[in-house]
Amino acid sequence: MTSLVHSLMPEAILVVAALLVLGLGVSWPGARTPITATALIGGFAAAAAILLFPLDANLLDGMVVLNPLARIFKLVILGLGLAAAVFASESFPKNHFAESLALILFSTVGMMLLAGTEDLLMIFLALELTSIPLYALAAFDKESRSSAEAGMKYFLIGSVSAAFLLYGLSLIYGVAGSTSLRAISQLSGPPDPLLIAGIVLAVAGFAFKVAAVPFQLWAPDVYEGAPTAAAALIASGSKVAGVFILAKLLTSGLGQWAGAAGWGEFQAGWAPVLALMAAASIVLGNVTALVQSNVKRLLAYSAIAHGGYLLLGLCSASADGLTAVLFYVVIYALTTAGAFGVVAVVEKQRGGARLDDFDGLAKSSPVLALCLLVFFISLAGIPPLAGFIGKFYLFTSALANGQHLWLVVVAVAMNAVSLYYYLIVLKHAFVLPAPDDIRPADAPASQALVAALALAVLVLGLAPNLLLVPLMKPDAGKGARSMPCCARGMIDPPPHLATKRFSAGAPGAGY
Amino acid sequence: MILTATFLSAFAGAALILLLPERLAPLARGIALASALAGLAFAASAFAGYDRVGPHFQHLTQIPWIPSLGISFSTGADGISLVMLVLTGIIAVAGVLFSWNVSHRPRAFFAFYLTIIGGVYGVFQSFDIFLLFVFYEIVIIPKYFLIAAWGSTNREYGAMKLTIYSVAGSALVLLALIATYAASGAHSFDLFTLADPSKAHFTPSFQAWAFPVMFIGFAVLAGIWPLHTWAPTGHVAAPTAVSMLLAGVVMKLGSYSALRVAMTLFPQGLDQWRIPIAVLATAGIVFGALVALAQKDLKFTVGYSSIAHMGFVLLGLMTLNLAGLSGSVLQMFSHGIIGGLLFAVVGRMIYDRTHTRDIAELGTMNLSRSLPFAAFTFTVASVASMGLPGFSGFIAEFTILSGSWKAFPVLLIPAGIGVVITVAFTLRALQRTFFAPGEPQACAHPPAAITLPEKLGAALLMAATLLIGIHPSVLLTPILRSFESPLMKTVILEVTK
Repeated sequence: MTSLVHSLMPEAILVVAALLVLGLGVSWPGARTPITATALIGGFAAAAAILLFPLDANLLDGMVVLNPLARIFKLVILGLGLAAAVFASESFPKNHFAESLALILFSTVGMMLLAGTEDLLMIFLALELTSIPLYALAAFDKESRSSAEAGMKYFLIGSVSAAFLLYGLSLIYGVAGSTSLRAISQLSGPPDPLLIAGIVLAVAGFAFKVAAVPFQLWAPDVYEGAPTAAAALIASGSKVAGVFILAKLLTSGLGQWAGAAGWGEFQAGWAPVLALMAAASIVLGNVTALVQSNVKRLLAYSAIAHGGYLLLGLCSASADGLTAVLFYVVIYALTTAGAFGVVAVVEKQRGGARLDDFDGLAKSSPVLALCLLVFFISLAGIPPLAGFIGKFYLFTSALANGQHLWLVVVAVAMNAVSLYYYLIVLKHAFVLPAPDDIRPADAPASQALVAALALAVLVLGLAPNLLLVPLMKPDAGKGARSMPCCARGMIDPPPHLATKRFSAGAPGAGY
Repeated sequence: MILTATFLSAFAGAALILLLPERLAPLARGIALASALAGLAFAASAFAGYDRVGPHFQHLTQIPWIPSLGISFSTGADGISLVMLVLTGIIAVAGVLFSWNVSHRPRAFFAFYLTIIGGVYGVFQSFDIFLLFVFYEIVIIPKYFLIAAWGSTNREYGAMKLTIYSVAGSALVLLALIATYAASGAHSFDLFTLADPSKAHFTPSFQAWAFPVMFIGFAVLAGIWPLHTWAPTGHVAAPTAVSMLLAGVVMKLGSYSALRVAMTLFPQGLDQWRIPIAVLATAGIVFGALVALAQKDLKFTVGYSSIAHMGFVLLGLMTLNLAGLSGSVLQMFSHGIIGGLLFAVVGRMIYDRTHTRDIAELGTMNLSRSLPFAAFTFTVASVASMGLPGFSGFIAEFTILSGSWKAFPVLLIPAGIGVVITVAFTLRALQRTFFAPGEPQACAHPPAAITLPEKLGAALLMAATLLIGIHPSVLLTPILRSFESPLMKTVILEVTK
């Protein structure tokens, strides 16, 4: 029992902070600064709890699991949640401000739980804890019709996908007889048709979280209509948690049913499903983004495309691919959170996020424009920024076993296309003249945070080892590269993981 | 260390300029000049300090960067690198001198400018192909902003077209790069490791597709026909210093990287594809020259002449013999200087003063009288560009043609015709612009006199082309020696027909 308390200390602290925030909001409604400070202090205390008590634990048969990798992701998610809170503190409507911060914290707790579990039941519960506050946050701007539409859409499609997921997980449970991923990974023999159906349904449920085609329809309206700070959390934190748990479920729990997605050599399993969704997302996201005139909507289509890149990494089903996905999702989340931060500041300053609202940003707020440049160039995968290293690693690992050349060709080509729409936004910011009646941007905390995120993106681009090495650390002591480095951090791999999927053959075997 | 100082000084200059407060903005050009001069000094001293009898690759630096992917920060130089580095230094200094009059947002202008310079320095010294690609891509984005924000005719279109072509080219390179890494099995991006058959082996069928993908990807930037159309549009839209950079060094990034990476890694693929590529290169020479002949806009004439001259570079590369290859490297240097000079005269000395580039209209302005220095410089540049003996263009194109005579005697006929047309369009532009027949009209507003920075910049470039024309061995000796190294020797295939 004590160990359970210890293991869930950060989450508990955050929940207490959220309750305090709610209490403050009731008793002292106008006080934005103390409310924000309470939330931030709670967040920092939770981070301190993670950092100061690095505990490895596996409780209640995998319900709560703590290991180095889970800790990294809890920290990242916590950071993204706090970033959303900072953006919210300067851009959310005054009414019910405390409730919005509390919702952000609750959702963050859900994401953190998601990063530290190996149990189907817990996965579903944590996912719901993540999603339900996000539905409310998307609809939080009561004076905006599009915010109401965003909330409604997100809620409807989200609950349908949750139903898919629940059904899928229950089928997997029915076949395996256990909700523990470790037990599921021990299954052997040819896959049961029920299991295949379960996997497909579960993947569909997660594809909604990642906004992969064909489950992407909600994304543009939600990103555009939701208050920007809420959109930032949906695009960053919830994506990190979703991708992390999808990666864990597929590679650790269901690794033996990956199948193959090589050109002309499809084998039934989840890899070909992911491969097709990845290719469709990359193409559709990038092509549709070309014609957008609202930057938040553009970021939504870019998010769809990036969801595709992440799935591409997953479907290589190799240890390197997994590290690459985890690396890239963190980079992407930092970048996109920063980009939404810039949008939040610009929206506050000029009242909108259309392309025209970015005119002459380089003149009116040069630092903000420079940060925007860093984020967008990173999203476009141009060195020396982190997004480039992330994509490079992702593509390299996808090609490492020689299977996915067709996917990499699609991804590289579409990545070149993507530069066009990022450049269009940057053109408005850097080339076009500013309108005359521009006030200087306020929101100092958001601006400082945006600058810090831009710096992080630059530093991680120049020194990717800062993040790569910790991600690979779980197997550092074991020495062997053939071991699944991330999977080791996820769960102790059963024998077939170390030998079958993850040995990945000699590099270049396909040539 | 002295090599890394070249790009570090450029990036440091860019960072310093960004940190300048608004009221000190006019200092930006001074910082840019200091940074460019420092870069030139480092490059020149690396060149001077190159031991002609020592190892082929010198000034080596190797620091692990991303060990899990086998990526290291690995720089060094042989004769080819050093020639290109010195070229970059010269063009960088001249470019700053010719943009001394930039008053619109000078901080951003010079910061972007120095970023390009730093990226170019980086490419010419990288021996880890991942690092090379990083520097190669750093150059792309600043180009867009420099052209779109400070350019002239049709600038947003020109900037976007140029950027899209560059990015499409580097997408091909990226694809080939990743495939190379995966196929090698060497777990390394180190060029020496990958080119060593005992450590990394590429099957002929892999080379057969990876070579053209990578080579064409690089060659887009070198203006290979028919993927060259970004170059004239982009050159024309760009502000003077950027046209000089584009023609002077950025196009050379493509040809240099094609030689350094694509050709050394995939000798068998090269063997398979050299004839088609040589044909494309020759087509570039002929069509570039023909189209230049038909232009009414002086800057377009110069822009298309770059295509023709870069055609010689690519043709020289495909000869795969010592004469052609070394001539090709020399031509990169020579055209860098001459192209830079031509764009400087057209963009800065003439267009900034007359606000027209129409050859017929310029002809009525009696420019040889009102801007004698511009006329003199343009004459020198034209004569050098036509390949007259005594200038660098002659020795470069002569060696390329003599190399091609051994490799592709048939292609020598169209290439020779290209040389003749080059003379024709250059003389046409020179004569109609500066020495038009007929009664010169009195000019209502006599153009402002040529300023000192312009004269210094022009003198620097003219001195460089003249020096190499008279004494080519300064560059040719280290270039020739470079092709003896185990890395570069792989590309040489002495044809004994």
